[in-house]
Amino acid sequence: MNSNIPFEVTAAVRFLREGILQTLLIVVGVAVGVSVIVFMSALINSLQSNLMARVLSGQAQIVLSPPKQSARPMLQLGPNSVVRVVQTRVQQQTSIDQWIKLRTILSQMPEINAVSPMASGAALITRGSATRSISLLGIDPDNYYRIVNIPADMVEGTSRISGQDALIGKDLAEDIGLRTGDKLHVSNASGTNRTLTISGIFDLGNKGANLRNVIVTLNTAQGLVDLVGGVSSIDVNLNDAYAADAVADRIVSAHAVKADSWIKTNAQFFTAMNAQTISMTTIRLSVALSVALGIASVLVVSVVQRTKEIGILRAMGASQGQVLRLFLVQGGIVGLLGSIGGVLLARLMLVFWVLLARNPDGTNFFAIDITPAIYAWTAVLATAAGILAAAVPAINAARLDPVVAIRG
Amino acid sequence: MADQVLNLKDIRKAYNIDTEVETEILHGIDLNLNKGEFCALIGPSGSGKSTLLNIIGLLDRPTSGTLAIEGRDTGALNDTELTKLRGQRIGFVFQYHHLIAAFTALENVMMPMLVQRGFADAAMQQRAEYLLAQVGLTKWQNNSSQNMSGGQQQRVAIARALAVNPALVLADEPTGNLDTKSAETAFDLMREVNTTNGTTFLIVTHNMSLAKRCDRTIEVIDGAIHGAV
Ligand SMILES: Nc1ncnc2c1ncn2[C@@H]1O[C@H](COP(=O)(O)OP(=O)(O)O)[C@@H](O)[C@H]1O
Ligand SMILES: [Mg+2]
Repeated sequence: MNSNIPFEVTAAVRFLREGILQTLLIVVGVAVGVSVIVFMSALINSLQSNLMARVLSGQAQIVLSPPKQSARPMLQLGPNSVVRVVQTRVQQQTSIDQWIKLRTILSQMPEINAVSPMASGAALITRGSATRSISLLGIDPDNYYRIVNIPADMVEGTSRISGQDALIGKDLAEDIGLRTGDKLHVSNASGTNRTLTISGIFDLGNKGANLRNVIVTLNTAQGLVDLVGGVSSIDVNLNDAYAADAVADRIVSAHAVKADSWIKTNAQFFTAMNAQTISMTTIRLSVALSVALGIASVLVVSVVQRTKEIGILRAMGASQGQVLRLFLVQGGIVGLLGSIGGVLLARLMLVFWVLLARNPDGTNFFAIDITPAIYAWTAVLATAAGILAAAVPAINAARLDPVVAIRG
Repeated sequence: MADQVLNLKDIRKAYNIDTEVETEILHGIDLNLNKGEFCALIGPSGSGKSTLLNIIGLLDRPTSGTLAIEGRDTGALNDTELTKLRGQRIGFVFQYHHLIAAFTALENVMMPMLVQRGFADAAMQQRAEYLLAQVGLTKWQNNSSQNMSGGQQQRVAIARALAVNPALVLADEPTGNLDTKSAETAFDLMREVNTTNGTTFLIVTHNMSLAKRCDRTIEVIDGAIHGAV
């Protein structure tokens, strides 16, 4: 007997080993349950973070724009009657008021990690007789690329732009037959013209965006969308994407801007994710419960089987606490062994998943990872669940009257 | 008093107290055991011998009366204190050996020391080896109790009862389940420990020839001690 291991642990191991078949069955049962939980958790977590990353990589977490000019009633005749005279506004681009100052303030907020002003608007491009209406995005590359990773989406040329450079989408390039190095003629409704040079072609993974978006420098865009010196929006990214709502509210309350957080603009996406998380949690809890009940029922039987031995131990001076712990430890060991088996099984399931679940082109959907943290948590939780499940049988064992127990 | 290991005064035990079927099993037992005594407890089946032994062994509590072990009154002790006192001062030998099959013979002998200390140590193992040698089972020390004969198992149980060097060993029909030769061996072993160590024994037995070889015979009939003490 090892002198560093407490009596309860030694005895628990011996008892489990003596009933090896019973022990193996329940450990396998626990392992199957744990593997389902681990595999499903890993799958859903990866799926969700993958979707999240896709959503986040293509858009800013907060978009600031000029406040809405609301139409106001001009005359109020009495408490219940209003003459609604709506003033029609000239269709005209407005800039965010004092945007340079606002950008400086935002850049200094510790929770914000990127601030990118943008001047955007509609324009036309022409090539020969072909004309296409496009969306011109005037950006400051260094800042904008920290929010939307255009360099990673380049299929041709370079994402570095300056002066009269432009980046166009893959589909637009195919549509009107343009390549890197070609000239691009851009004009707007008020008759301003520019000739730009295509320095690269991107693929945003979305045909609409690839057809419509043309990325140019802030300066170029300002001239083409009637926003000289102004910006139509400011993109903001945070250290914690989930703080977007709160930060957006704070910005709105302090500055004359409208702020849309990605959480609001992607509400449906979040609803779907939450539904998924809830159903996942339900499944996880039911599996965990049935695993715990399995451990408990095996130990209840074991206490009955060992009644006489419990009596002997008590006669030899074992305390109620020692008997209690002897059975709690058995529950914990079963939980621990089951979790180890479960994680191994989950790994196996993962190997199959990677083999089976592939995109049409043979690449994997997305990477699933069982992190060391998941291993550790699984072991800790399964052990705790085993101990908890053992509580009722262990209390029964500790409460056995030694006289009755010895009689058997 | 100082040399008395056990003092029982007016011990009563009743079951189903305050119900219509209340039955008193022990009707006021007075009994003293001196240090080093080797006593037989005899009496017909159902007379209350096991009940008395369980009370003396602090496994059960009397309904009334006082019980002192080595001069220490046990009436005021709580369950934890009773368990501790039992583990340190009392050894048990049961009729059906009652070894724990998941442990080897040696580990079974270590068990009373192990539950007391919580951890195994070398001294415990040496003591258990010494005791197993005394009962002639050194060769069997690493066997599980399942692979031993009834007589061998009972010798292991005797060694186990002596592990903590108790003041009092209580044996409930220790030879009742053994053949004559094994019964002799087991009895002789206990007698030998008694003479060499001065350990006090109280042995329930139906075997009159063995009872006659004890220092004293106490007879229980219908829950009361019969004849002279
Ligand atoms: N838990 C109990 N409830 C009621 N009666 C009991 C209980 N335990 C023992 N008895 C009764 O006490 C009497 C004495 O039993 P016991 O001490 O085992 O006798 P012995 O060991 O002398 O054969 C018996 O009649 C038995 O039926
Ligand atoms: Mg009896």
